Amino acid sequence: MSASAEERNARTPWALTAPALMLFVGVLLIPLAMTVMLSFHDWGQYKGIEPVFILKNWREIATDPYYAEMFGRTFRIAILTTLLTALLGAPEAYILNRMGGRWKSVFLLVILGPLLISVVARTLGWALLFGGNNGLVNKLLMSAGLIRAPIPFMFTETGMVVALAHVMMPFMVLSVWAALQRLDPQIENAALSLGAGPVTIIRRIIMPQIMPGVLSGAIIVFSLSASAFATPAIIGGRRLKVAATLAYDEFLNTLNWPLGAAVATLLLAALVLIVVGSNALIERRYAEVFR
Amino acid sequence: MAYLELDRVAKQFGAQTVVDDFSLSVRKGEFISFLGPSGCGKTTTLQMIAGFLDPTRGTIRLEGKDLTAIHPAKRGLGIVFQSYALFPHMTAAENVAFGLEMRNVPRGERTERVRAALAMVGLAGYEDRHPRRMSGGQQQRVALARALVIKPSVLLLDEPLSNLDAKLREEMQIELRQIQRTIGTTTILVTHDQNEAMSLSDRIVVMSQGRIEQIGTPQETYEKPASAFVSQFLGKTNDFAATIDRASAPARLIAGSWSAPAPAGRNGPVTISIRPERIDFGDAGLSAKIVTRIFQGNHWLFQCESECGPATVIRQNDGRSQPAEGEAVHLTWRPEDMDVRGVA
Amino acid sequence: MSRNGPLALIFHTVFVIVMVAPILVVCLVAFTPEGFLSLPTNGFSLRWFRAIANYPEFVHAFWVSLGLGALSSFVALLFAVPAALAIARYRFRGRDALAALFLSPLMIPHVVLGIAFLRFFTSAGLGGSFAALIIAHVIIVFPFALRLTLAAATGMDLSVEMAAVSLGAGGWTLFRRVTLPLILPGVISGWALAFIQSFDDLTMTVFLAAPGTETLPVRMFLYIQDNIDPLVTSVSACVIAITMTALILLDRFYGLDRVLAGKGDTGR
Repeated sequence: MSASAEERNARTPWALTAPALMLFVGVLLIPLAMTVMLSFHDWGQYKGIEPVFILKNWREIATDPYYAEMFGRTFRIAILTTLLTALLGAPEAYILNRMGGRWKSVFLLVILGPLLISVVARTLGWALLFGGNNGLVNKLLMSAGLIRAPIPFMFTETGMVVALAHVMMPFMVLSVWAALQRLDPQIENAALSLGAGPVTIIRRIIMPQIMPGVLSGAIIVFSLSASAFATPAIIGGRRLKVAATLAYDEFLNTLNWPLGAAVATLLLAALVLIVVGSNALIERRYAEVFR
Repeated sequence: MAYLELDRVAKQFGAQTVVDDFSLSVRKGEFISFLGPSGCGKTTTLQMIAGFLDPTRGTIRLEGKDLTAIHPAKRGLGIVFQSYALFPHMTAAENVAFGLEMRNVPRGERTERVRAALAMVGLAGYEDRHPRRMSGGQQQRVALARALVIKPSVLLLDEPLSNLDAKLREEMQIELRQIQRTIGTTTILVTHDQNEAMSLSDRIVVMSQGRIEQIGTPQETYEKPASAFVSQFLGKTNDFAATIDRASAPARLIAGSWSAPAPAGRNGPVTISIRPERIDFGDAGLSAKIVTRIFQGNHWLFQCESECGPATVIRQNDGRSQPAEGEAVHLTWRPEDMDVRGVA
Repeated sequence: MSRNGPLALIFHTVFVIVMVAPILVVCLVAFTPEGFLSLPTNGFSLRWFRAIANYPEFVHAFWVSLGLGALSSFVALLFAVPAALAIARYRFRGRDALAALFLSPLMIPHVVLGIAFLRFFTSAGLGGSFAALIIAHVIIVFPFALRLTLAAATGMDLSVEMAAVSLGAGGWTLFRRVTLPLILPGVISGWALAFIQSFDDLTMTVFLAAPGTETLPVRMFLYIQDNIDPLVTSVSACVIAITMTALILLDRFYGLDRVLAGKGDTGR
């Protein structure tokens, strides 16, 4: 006999995952490490990249208020987008969940489908809808009497938030939808039979139970919005830079790769911290209830 | 005088009639079971009483008042759901307190009543547990306490024990019966388990395909089933083809080589049904051969092949010797133990 | 039997309109007979669809995207299927860490990945090559391929395999005759979702693509940077039509909610 059954069992999973592991170490972890290294290199207009270890790029980001403003804008847009998707997406998921069978799947397809449609195409749609001061959106809002003067959407943060919220909305709906699926289908009837009205049911019974779904949706939307590229680039134009578009500029226009790498590294670090931190918070907050 | 009354209630979903012509009057304090296979309309009927569904036709009255006009939140019925439907984000005490909060019961009284309700179901000391940290039986008790603490006019139980294992289910049956007897709440239980219905209820409503087959005490429905369905559904039964011969005098009922004086009324071919535990082995009667003999502790179970087809016989294990497999026997029973029906 | 009140239905209607509007407007403008961006008020015209043919960059970019998506999704599955089987079947030390690593491309911003790959492939002398694009896309679509395969493998009844083993099957035969057919719906859906992800990616690819290896989204993005005219809307309309077809097929074949459930939990 060769290896015992147990020894074989211990080796098999490693044999099966080894190719993927090698791929990930070779072409994901090493490039990421090289990027972090790159952020400490020097760069000059004529000398190009110099492989030395200096803090020049990091100092520039820390001291130049341009970067503070840019990161501030990035995270402001991400937070507003997250709030907007949560405020609209969570109720929509709830309404969707209460629909009858056929309508439910039709609208689920309509709302989640855009997730898979090219971001460039979707953002282009918003650029067309915003289109200057007499764009379709402004015309509609004005004729509905909601606003008096046209709101500038193109090349503004407002426009970026609206378009990004549209791009990210499916993630929020999906996440809340998943939480709603875990609800006991009789839970609303139980509350009803105990004398609770519709508002109480939503506030005291439904909301606390879908909160983990809203929060994990918020984490996804936030991290994707903070690192979004296409939408800010098309709606924001060349002046309103966010982290991703700035890094793009440094790499492909200015060619100051080390500085771009520093911006990217900072964005990655900030997002990992925020995502891991809030995940831990959510898990601790809801550990007691959702075991 | 009826406390809860259902009068020719019917429910249709589209073209499909799920409950039809359901009439029942329940006395105050009574324990009623709706018994039937899944899809017989028992849960639908319960949901109409609860107000989660509106009847298509008919009325439901509680103490003479039309219940269907009242919003489910205002009906004041206590309901225990099959899944329990506990609020997972609230502790046991908060779950139980919820209904009292909705009724604006002052905090002091609320705490006292929650404590008493949890103690009644044997969960004193579990106030601060979350449902997910409790066993199925404990969750079931919380659900019961939550339904009872609001002093409901009627307690509705939707298959409350079906998610428990057999031993726990038996314990909970006894406990449920005791609690119901003590506080005297009018109770309606929906179940597909005939043992549960028989051991708990004052009266059983046997349902099939949306219609009531029989309403009666557990003993009546078992001993005097109103239809073939009822006799099949409530325990095992043997159906034999037989004939009533009115040509001879006195008229006789004949099944194979077994015969007895014919009951009044019918003539020609009939179906007779006899419970397995009412059949005895005798010197004369229906000829049969024992195919299998199974020992089950307190009784023996025999599968026989008789002149009139397969037959099941149950004999108490009273220490006497029993026929062996392959042995030829005669099956006999008292005429009053059999149920005679016309051939469908 | 809708249980939603009129207010909820109004909210829902507005919501759906807003979700569909930008996509609809792109498709409508694509049919304009005018030479500038406008809704087709004076009848529909196909001139901007015909115009695509006059821009070989777009046609070429389309073929690049198609080949890249098909190939990178396939390669990703070659790595992902064994890994998914290991993660689904075995409890071994480092299992959670491995799963986290394999799903990490979902959490790492694509702009960071773009930069990292640009740096890496430039140093390796592969800058702007199609090979570099393939490898990079294998990494970003890997989580989607893994997720759906994993779901299928976890849902599979293990006793079926044990039965096959007891009947004498083993190794490759076991995989080809029993395991693979059973997880195939998950694998194919994983491929389809991975394909769509690759086909749509702009943020990472924009760093890596060079003239000649530009994908369709990159070509569209660069075109929009310079000028917005109805040509990009007609190209977008084609892309939307292709994606919608794939989506409907995917929904029929596997159920869209299941496919997307694998995509939604990226924050976990």
